[in-house]
Amino acid sequence: MFSDHRYIAFETIVIKEVRRFSRIWLQTLVPPAITIGLYFVIFGNLVGRRIGEMGGFQYMEFIVPGLIMMSVIQNSYSNVVSSFFSQKFQKTVEELLVAPVPNYVILSGVIVGGMARGLAVGVIVTTMSLFFADLSIQYPLITVLTILLTSMLFSLMGFINAVFANSFDDISIIPTFILTPLIYLGGVFYSVQLLPSFWQIVSGLNPIFYMVNTFRYGILGSSDVNVYWAFLILGVFIVGLYTSCIWLLRNGNGIRS
Amino acid sequence: MTVAISIRDLHKTYANGFQALKGISLEVEQGDFFALLGPNGAGKSTTIGVISTLVKRSAGDVQVFGKNVDTHVYETKLDLGVVPQEINFNQFEKVQDIVITQAGYYGLPRKQAQERAETYLRKLGLWEKRNDRSRSLSGGMKRRLMIARALAHEPRLLILDEPTAGVDIELRRSMWEFLTEINASGTTIILTTHYLEEAEQLCRNIAIIDEGLIIENTNMKKLLTELDSQTFIFDSVATISESPQLALDNVCVRKVDDKSIEVTVSHGRNINEVFAALGDKGIIVSSMRNKTNRLEQLFLSRLNENGAK
Repeated sequence: MFSDHRYIAFETIVIKEVRRFSRIWLQTLVPPAITIGLYFVIFGNLVGRRIGEMGGFQYMEFIVPGLIMMSVIQNSYSNVVSSFFSQKFQKTVEELLVAPVPNYVILSGVIVGGMARGLAVGVIVTTMSLFFADLSIQYPLITVLTILLTSMLFSLMGFINAVFANSFDDISIIPTFILTPLIYLGGVFYSVQLLPSFWQIVSGLNPIFYMVNTFRYGILGSSDVNVYWAFLILGVFIVGLYTSCIWLLRNGNGIRS
Repeated sequence: MTVAISIRDLHKTYANGFQALKGISLEVEQGDFFALLGPNGAGKSTTIGVISTLVKRSAGDVQVFGKNVDTHVYETKLDLGVVPQEINFNQFEKVQDIVITQAGYYGLPRKQAQERAETYLRKLGLWEKRNDRSRSLSGGMKRRLMIARALAHEPRLLILDEPTAGVDIELRRSMWEFLTEINASGTTIILTTHYLEEAEQLCRNIAIIDEGLIIENTNMKKLLTELDSQTFIFDSVATISESPQLALDNVCVRKVDDKSIEVTVSHGRNINEVFAALGDKGIIVSSMRNKTNRLEQLFLSRLNENGAK
């Protein structure tokens, strides 16, 4: 994929990104672990006992895949948006732009950095979930593929947000007003079968609904959506977003005057 | 002689309509120490931005060591090191990591990057600070760190945008020595500065840019010979009672205070005659100095001429 010098540049960007979120682990790794831990205790354990079964599984088992996916989505996104916007804001992105690093290497490095944080949080949350539920992964390949592609997709979205952001307010608008509602309405806490048919159709328009359900299928073996259809949606979104990111970089939006 | 950088008819108009460059053409030869001077907003940083691809040009052509920056992106960027005017490294990173990371962007394997970081941090007196967060450095140290970072991949052309701004005189002089040393070892240097003494001491060739146009592009020594006159301050051993009248054409004398006089000598006048005439008047000179920097005089006169056009 990369020649030697390009691979070194890619590796350098990834190391820098991983070092950044590891250095501030109290801000990046601990808060999602605490938040999701509270979800496990309150929704899964206390409330979940009264709910009983959901989609044929204990409520705790049902929400674990969704909560893991939620943490991966949020952290992949926020790592890229905050890291790249900070680089833009402090002008440290100029270090990269003056160097002979092609746009696709810059984008790949930043995206893999975002995925690394998303997956690191995913591993922490999964480990925590083992204290609350017995997880036996039904389809490991689907599970791993879904989490990787979803993480990649939201890292790409975070990058676009960072390119267009002009202030720190701009990097919190999309996660607060768009991402969080889509995640909560994406079937993390409930099965879409519970909804009236109209709202089931509306849920079908939410891409996160497909990711959560495909991941749940990988772990529990049960899903509200067709897995192949979900992968197709993921693929289309990733290709579309990647192309947009490369175009933005080539055009210099927000980073070259 | 190989041309390190060649700029042809460079134009830049920003999105707000401001025309920063109005057709600049410039050549800097390999091995040169070149000064790019101009007042604030003249277009110096825009020119550097275009060369380093941080600023998109509206028209024109830029070549680095004979290669077009658009068609030979990798080679031209590899040949170029840029020290920007503003601090643009991550203030939370360690000093050593900043240089190693930059070397990595240029494709240097980690071990080699570490060696380069050590070499340049030592040369610039920052090795003891290598494990400190960069935000803890003083202003002068931050400037030196940016030079070390720009040199990590050992470029053939180094562009410095006001590298000594806000740096104390002792440190500035040590940076001059360092830059002279790397220029002597073959690195072509382009320098922008507001310290004209710095440009006069270091640079062999000079271009003055004003309002987006090159208004002077010549050899430094040749330029300095174009001074119409020079003004000196002479300090006297004894007290001077009144302004002495010298019987010399093209020499103007004015008393500054009880022990010093200001003497303006036109171009071509032998300064020994001034000393002799002052001696005749009983004034023994203990020391003398230029009232203003010679280049500063020329710089201001060129800007005034350009403003009058």
